[in-house]
Amino acid sequence: MKKKLQSTISKLALPAGAVVAALVIWQLVCSAGLVPSFLLPSPIDVGKAFVTDFSLLFSHSCVTLLETFIGLVLGIALGFVLALLMDRFRLLYKMLYPLIVITQTVPTVAIAPLLVLWFGYEMVPKVILIVIIVFFPIAVNLLDGYRSADNDTINLLRSMGASKTQILRYVKLPSALGHFFAGLKIAVSYAVVGAVISEWLGGFKGLGVYMTRVKKAYSFDKMFAVIFLISALSLILMWLVKILEKKFMPWKYRNNQKSI
Amino acid sequence: MTKLEVRHVTFAYENTNIIEDISLKLNENELVCLLGVSGSGKTTLFNVISGLQKPDSGSVLLNGNDITEKPGNVSYMLQKDLLLPYRTIEDNVALPLIIKGVKKREAREKASEHFADFGLEGTQKRFPSELSGGMRQRAALLRTYMFSGEVALLDEPFSALDALTKHDIHSWYLDVMSRIKLSTLFITHDIDEAILLSDRIYLLNGKPGRITDEIIIERPGGSRENFNLTGEFLEYKRKILSKL
Repeated sequence: MKKKLQSTISKLALPAGAVVAALVIWQLVCSAGLVPSFLLPSPIDVGKAFVTDFSLLFSHSCVTLLETFIGLVLGIALGFVLALLMDRFRLLYKMLYPLIVITQTVPTVAIAPLLVLWFGYEMVPKVILIVIIVFFPIAVNLLDGYRSADNDTINLLRSMGASKTQILRYVKLPSALGHFFAGLKIAVSYAVVGAVISEWLGGFKGLGVYMTRVKKAYSFDKMFAVIFLISALSLILMWLVKILEKKFMPWKYRNNQKSI
Repeated sequence: MTKLEVRHVTFAYENTNIIEDISLKLNENELVCLLGVSGSGKTTLFNVISGLQKPDSGSVLLNGNDITEKPGNVSYMLQKDLLLPYRTIEDNVALPLIIKGVKKREAREKASEHFADFGLEGTQKRFPSELSGGMRQRAALLRTYMFSGEVALLDEPFSALDALTKHDIHSWYLDVMSRIKLSTLFITHDIDEAILLSDRIYLLNGKPGRITDEIIIERPGGSRENFNLTGEFLEYKRKILSKL
């Protein structure tokens, strides 16, 4: 019990303390007038800006989150199907793997404006960008996961007369779940950032649009408010992934008491 | 009655014969052991019998039907317990039935009928990582049995267990065997284990592996109790050692 308490303290209290300390130092620097307030707003100013603009931020967040969500779902689906096909057909794997890696070396900031030119200022180019960002960690992690499946176990199932589909379902997919969630954690945070970047480059609504507007108005307090909001959204999404992981992989989180 | 028959099986890998001209028989309710030094191709032979690998010549018959290169006919337990870590014991054991197309609920029900017999009560909803080595081995054996109650191939089923657990599981296995009708062919490199458990022993020797001897074990009074302390036991052991 005491040990558990200690681990909770070191897990939560220490990082929380560090954040609070950073905020306090920041506030002191601003209050002491070391930096002009139009360049660096104090945390309290940022908090005030967040409160006054809350309804605006909320409606922009909804748009960004919707784009993120649609992009994530499509990206995961694409990554999933691609990984399935590439695992099944060796030729496809050899053909596509280098191509997939190359798509990741193209900077997102460079293709985003192109996508805007091709698909307009609405949601489509944002979603496409997120799909491009998301499918990579999903596909690559799933492929690694399929490959990590134990060969003896696959042989065991073959000896039971299992089909390739059954081997995929009962061995490869569950073996890849851990890899999948690792990829998903990366994917969700990239997806939020991707949405914001593509909104910067053209759009009518969304946190990225809000950001460009407040930047033009030199409202640095609002700028900081939205930055913190974006971080918070990413963190919440990552936390949701963690919850999903626990739900889908109960064997990983069950206490290994060897009572029997 | 002959359940399983292997006829003149030869298997080569990269032009080198691993096993050569292997013929053997397994009768109903018999416990037969393949005993041989490592590298004599025991596991390869099992891969052929189970249908995982295609022999270069020869055939495998189950109840007189050719099952060469046809997986899904005999139960095969590989060296490790190979319980799937992400499935509960109940779902691990039911897996062979599910693969055969039985509905999940029905498969679970069928499997649960045998939990008591195999000493696995209360483990249904546990994950393999929550069980001890001996219990995992029992679960793996039950899964093997669920696949086919006819013929089981066990590849060093008890080798991963420590001596004490091994002793327990030997007597437990023989007890289970006497209740369920299962013909078993098993691999071991442990001579004591072979003499203690088997009705017959095939000795596999050399490279490529060939069957060099067949030894029928007769126990005084038919009892295995303390058989490993008798003179006959030592006599068998001496005989086998001289031929390996």
